[in-house]
Amino acid sequence: MNILERLESAPAGAPVDVRIENVSRRRFLQQTGGLALGLYLSPLLTACGRNAPGDATRAVDFEPDAFVRVGTDDSVTVIAKHLEMGQGTYTGLATLIAEELDADWPQVKVIGAPADAARYKNLVFGSQGTGGSTAMRECFEQMREAGAAARAMLVAAAAERWNVPAATIVVDNGVVRHPPTQRRARFGELAEAAASQPVPKRVRLKSPGEFKLIGRQMLPRKDNDKTDGSAIYTQDLHLPDMLVAVVAHPPRFWAQVKNVDDGKARSMPDVAAVVQFQGQPGAFNGGVAVLACHTWAAWQARDALQVEWDDTHAFKLGSREIFARYRELAQKPGLVARDDGDAEGALAGKNVARIIEAEYEFPYLAHASMEPLNCVVKLGDGSCEIWNGEQLQTNDQDAVAALLGIAPDKVTIHQLYAGGSFGRRGNPHADYVLEAVSIAKGARAQGIQAPVKLVWTREDDTRGGYYRPAFVHVVRAALDRQGRALAWRQRLVGQSIRRGTAFEKSIKNGIDNSSVEGASDLPYAIPNLRVELHTPDDITVPVQWWRSVGHTHTAYSTECMIDELAQAAGQDPYRFRRALLANQPHHRAVLDLAATKAGWERPLEPGTKDERRGRGIAVHQSFHTYVAEVAEVTVRPNGSFKVDRVVCAVDCGLAINPDVVRAQMEGGIGYGLSAALLDAITLEDGVVQQSNFDRYPPLRMNQMPAVEVHIVPSAEHPTGVGEPGVPPSAPAVANALAAATGQRLRKLPFDTAALKKT
Amino acid sequence: MVDLIVNGKLLKLDAPPDMPLLWTLRDLARVTGPKYGCGRGLCGACTVHLDGTPVRSCITPVSAATGKQVTTVEGVGDDRVGRAVQTAWRDLNVVQCGYCQSGQIMSAIALLRGNHRPSDADIDAAMTGNVCRCATYVRIRAAIHRAAQALAA
Repeated sequence: MNILERLESAPAGAPVDVRIENVSRRRFLQQTGGLALGLYLSPLLTACGRNAPGDATRAVDFEPDAFVRVGTDDSVTVIAKHLEMGQGTYTGLATLIAEELDADWPQVKVIGAPADAARYKNLVFGSQGTGGSTAMRECFEQMREAGAAARAMLVAAAAERWNVPAATIVVDNGVVRHPPTQRRARFGELAEAAASQPVPKRVRLKSPGEFKLIGRQMLPRKDNDKTDGSAIYTQDLHLPDMLVAVVAHPPRFWAQVKNVDDGKARSMPDVAAVVQFQGQPGAFNGGVAVLACHTWAAWQARDALQVEWDDTHAFKLGSREIFARYRELAQKPGLVARDDGDAEGALAGKNVARIIEAEYEFPYLAHASMEPLNCVVKLGDGSCEIWNGEQLQTNDQDAVAALLGIAPDKVTIHQLYAGGSFGRRGNPHADYVLEAVSIAKGARAQGIQAPVKLVWTREDDTRGGYYRPAFVHVVRAALDRQGRALAWRQRLVGQSIRRGTAFEKSIKNGIDNSSVEGASDLPYAIPNLRVELHTPDDITVPVQWWRSVGHTHTAYSTECMIDELAQAAGQDPYRFRRALLANQPHHRAVLDLAATKAGWERPLEPGTKDERRGRGIAVHQSFHTYVAEVAEVTVRPNGSFKVDRVVCAVDCGLAINPDVVRAQMEGGIGYGLSAALLDAITLEDGVVQQSNFDRYPPLRMNQMPAVEVHIVPSAEHPTGVGEPGVPPSAPAVANALAAATGQRLRKLPFDTAALKKT
Repeated sequence: MVDLIVNGKLLKLDAPPDMPLLWTLRDLARVTGPKYGCGRGLCGACTVHLDGTPVRSCITPVSAATGKQVTTVEGVGDDRVGRAVQTAWRDLNVVQCGYCQSGQIMSAIALLRGNHRPSDADIDAAMTGNVCRCATYVRIRAAIHRAAQALAA
């Protein structure tokens, strides 16, 4: 059986019916004040090698705007402009719309929005994309307005049908009622009539006292199809005739293909083509792809390729050399990111009682999402269709359009679930998306029209770059004779994430804020404070935002150093911080809550005779959300240790879904601990030394502490929670280890040998 | 061609005998609940049951599965333990990105079949081979306890 015959033959297995609702194909009948009324044609693409069955039925559904659709079948569909990558955004967006619509929670389902910045742009970014813990912050009004408009139109339709004043109609749990006459109708019964109602120019939003869903505990998530295998990730997508591409990537970043012997690979069963493609140095690496009718065949044939690489322009340094360079740079003044008072003068002045200097070292980190990177591409004449767990739609449309020489609106992107991302799928260079498109383009040049699914192996994913940048910080701080923090000078050295990208315009005076955030806005009242940055240009390891970005390293150095100052001043680390945060009520509130709930004032229960126990605290604001964490550790004589418990307090403004907030704190703590305890990407001669979970070990069940999350009650505008749980976890644990052992760990991941009992 | 019984259905699949069960399931049978995470048995995302025993399908050749009952997360909803585990997962909002959860659920079901009241140490021992990068471990632990309670009721 040749490949085409095999692909056309119906699959034998229990079919996974992949239904992709393509919202971009809706026809709009009327546009009023930015809201659209529509007749929804339900175009379904079905996978598994068959054409779509004839179920593209016409249904007159009610679609008051780009974000919600009420079906005649009584379904409420929320169209989510943000990627669901685990952070709970589908649940959050649905909560906002369902609240104002007064929908019945189980009737609400969520689908991903297509790429369409005019309708789905992130109001913080100005383009379509997910990141920076922005979803709830930027959608809080917009989604509620969408829900309220839909509700008003359903009410207007009912008022017309029943010939009663709209003001006498009530709506709850998906039912529209007129109590005086006891008439009632479900949303679905009114959908068609509602579609012909005028879109209200203004809607009244509920006051917080009227909320039924916002703030409710344990609202079921909207992505629970992840528990039965029916959820579709990019990795699961199968289109008719689709080929799978597995790639030989260069062992060193930015090396080029010199020569390929693909004879053996081409002769292997099920292999359709071998495609050599050019990269764009600084954006994505070139390589050689094998296209086959299934993943295993492509993978084996990829391994059979003989590729010679040209290392002329490759990055060839090792981590040791990089850190040596960074340490040297940290001795020299850098660009100034903050300058209060006179830090240099104060450090050299007469009031100094004690100076502490510490050097911190942070390695490159891979995101290591459970779903390795992948992307499905189908090229047409002058068009490109992409299926992806898509984090930066507008950025990727522009990049793909430039590569193909077509207009950005000819690049269609369908949203799928992402099996994690932690920032990686939002690549400012569109790296893996461009790789997939380049392969499809090369295949097309060979006469292959089939859609292509690019699949990275775990090894490709670990070694593929776009890491959290490595950093060195040197902090020099002084206490005065009264034990007060007098001066603080911090120098940071590391690569810029934004330089050379479409996000470069946010760099001001040479300072990429994502390098210094969390340090340049240090909240403590220290009169003489200077923060400086070095951004080495000749280190070309690809770097990217990694869950909480600059805060991943700045929270560590600042919260460990403030702890050292407290110790040097002979003060309690919680009270020392508290005193320096007198003008920072949000910081103080989470600090107090975490300390209280952790029982900070009570002594920690001792361990067994050989065990040393300790408790540490850290507080940090990132992405407008304030988090304090108290960690408790038990250290064994050989230096190994267990994080027993983490008590977390978070202030994210109004908590839309308290359970999602708790889940993100739990997950953020675990993600931060994994990096602190276990992980580093290291290079030797430019070659990444890790490739799979054996040498880049993720945190496992037996290493996860018990976690308690407490949410500060707040009526303030909601902020994000996807990232802010991460930054305080590593310093809280480091401070606990210091309390237990007296050892200050200044290099990540932790070297437990230093904690050995002497 | 290999004969494979997946979730109770006999399938005839054109797979070479050394093809991992994972890719046979995913790419040939189009049963995509079991996930590819590492390809080396290090993460557990691919966990399925072979005659009720959890295996890492990414390192199990399909030839080792012929003649055995292969059960994936798609096939446990009608099973008493399977249903209890899936229900507990939903009730406690365990999932985040969800990519590892098929494997987590299959490992949890196998644990609860052999141990009706697992302790935290039992859970550590049974579940430490299943990685979750979203670190949903706190809830996985709670959901296993809850499912055990539901099954005991």
